Amino acid sequence: MTRVPTALDERFRAAAAAGGALDVAYDVLDETPVGPLLVGVSDRGLCRVSFDPDPEQELERLARIFGPRVLRSRQPLGRVRRELDEYFAGRRRDFDLDLDLRATPEFHRRVLAELNGIAYGETTTYGTLAARAGSPRAARAVGTVMNRNPLPIVLPCHRVVGASGSLVGYGGGLERKEWLLRLEGAIL
Amino acid sequence: MAEPSVPPFERFYETHKGEVLAFLRRRAGRERADDLFQDTFLRALRAYGRLEHGEHLRAWVLTIAANCVIDGARRERPAAELATEPGAEDARPAFEDLAPLTEGLPPKERAAVVLRYGYDLDYDEIGAALGSNEQAARQAASAGVRRLRKEKESR
Repeated sequence: MTRVPTALDERFRAAAAAGGALDVAYDVLDETPVGPLLVGVSDRGLCRVSFDPDPEQELERLARIFGPRVLRSRQPLGRVRRELDEYFAGRRRDFDLDLDLRATPEFHRRVLAELNGIAYGETTTYGTLAARAGSPRAARAVGTVMNRNPLPIVLPCHRVVGASGSLVGYGGGLERKEWLLRLEGAIL
Repeated sequence: MAEPSVPPFERFYETHKGEVLAFLRRRAGRERADDLFQDTFLRALRAYGRLEHGEHLRAWVLTIAANCVIDGARRERPAAELATEPGAEDARPAFEDLAPLTEGLPPKERAAVVLRYGYDLDYDEIGAALGSNEQAARQAASAGVRRLRKEKESR
C-alpha cells in the first residue's frame, strides 16, 4: 500500500478545514495532565471534549450528531488547544470559547448553563445545582446531566460534588476529577 | 441486507488515501499526483454530505480521482492542442452523457460502465476500484452494456 507523505496528508487536512466543508474538525491532544483528550469544533464552536480512549466510537458519535464530514485537522483547534494548555498550566481560570450544544436536550442545557456559573476553585452540590436550574428535586437527574456533559473541563462538571463533600463520580474517572479540583485549589 | 451507512469522513479518507495516491501517480505521474490528491479528496468532501449510503465508496473516490486527472490534463495543455481533440471542449462529456443513461443499472454494472466508457479506465483499475478483479470488471461492464441495449430496444 502506498504511504501518503505526512506533508501531503497535513496539507489536505488543512485545506479541508479552510474550505469550510467540515461538519466537525477534531484533534487528539495526546499529552495533557489528564491523559489524551479528543476535542472537536463545528462551525458554531466547541462541540466535544472527550476522555474516551477509543476515538473510533467518538467519530461515529460525532458523525451521527453533526454530519459525516468529520476529519482530524489541527488548525481549527488551535484556540481550544491554547486555552486548555493555559488552564492546565494554572494560567487560565475561564474559557473564552463559543460552544455548540445543539445536540443537548433543553433540560441538560439549562443545567449546563447554571454549571457554567460555578467559578474556578469553587464547588457546589448536585442538589444546589438542581435548585438553581429550577428543579430542586432533580439532584439525581442533574447527576445524569453531569455524566453526559459533552464538554467536560470547559463546562466544569468536576466542580459538582456530593452533599457530604465526597467526590461521588465523574465521567472521566474520579482520579481526573480529583486532579482538576486540586489544580484549581478546591481541594488540598 | 441493509446498505452500509456512510462512515465518518476520517475513516473513508484513511481507508482510501494510499490507493488514491498510487492511482494518481500511475495515471498522472509523481509530480502532478500531489495536487490531484488534494483536488480529489476536496471534491469528495464537498459531495460527501449528500451520499445516501456507504456502498462502493472505493469506486466512487477512484472515479473522482480519474475525473481530476482528466480535468488536470486539460488545464495544463495549451488551448490549440485542445481544439484539435474532438469532444475536449466540455469538461466531462463522457461522464455527463453516461450518468443519466446508466441510472437504472445495478450499482456494480453502473460503476463499471461509467469507469470504462466515461473515464477510459483499464479493466484492472476498474477491478481494483470495485474490490474485485479484471475479469469481474470486464463482465460487469459488458453485462451493463447488454442491459442498456435491451432497455433501449424495448423502449
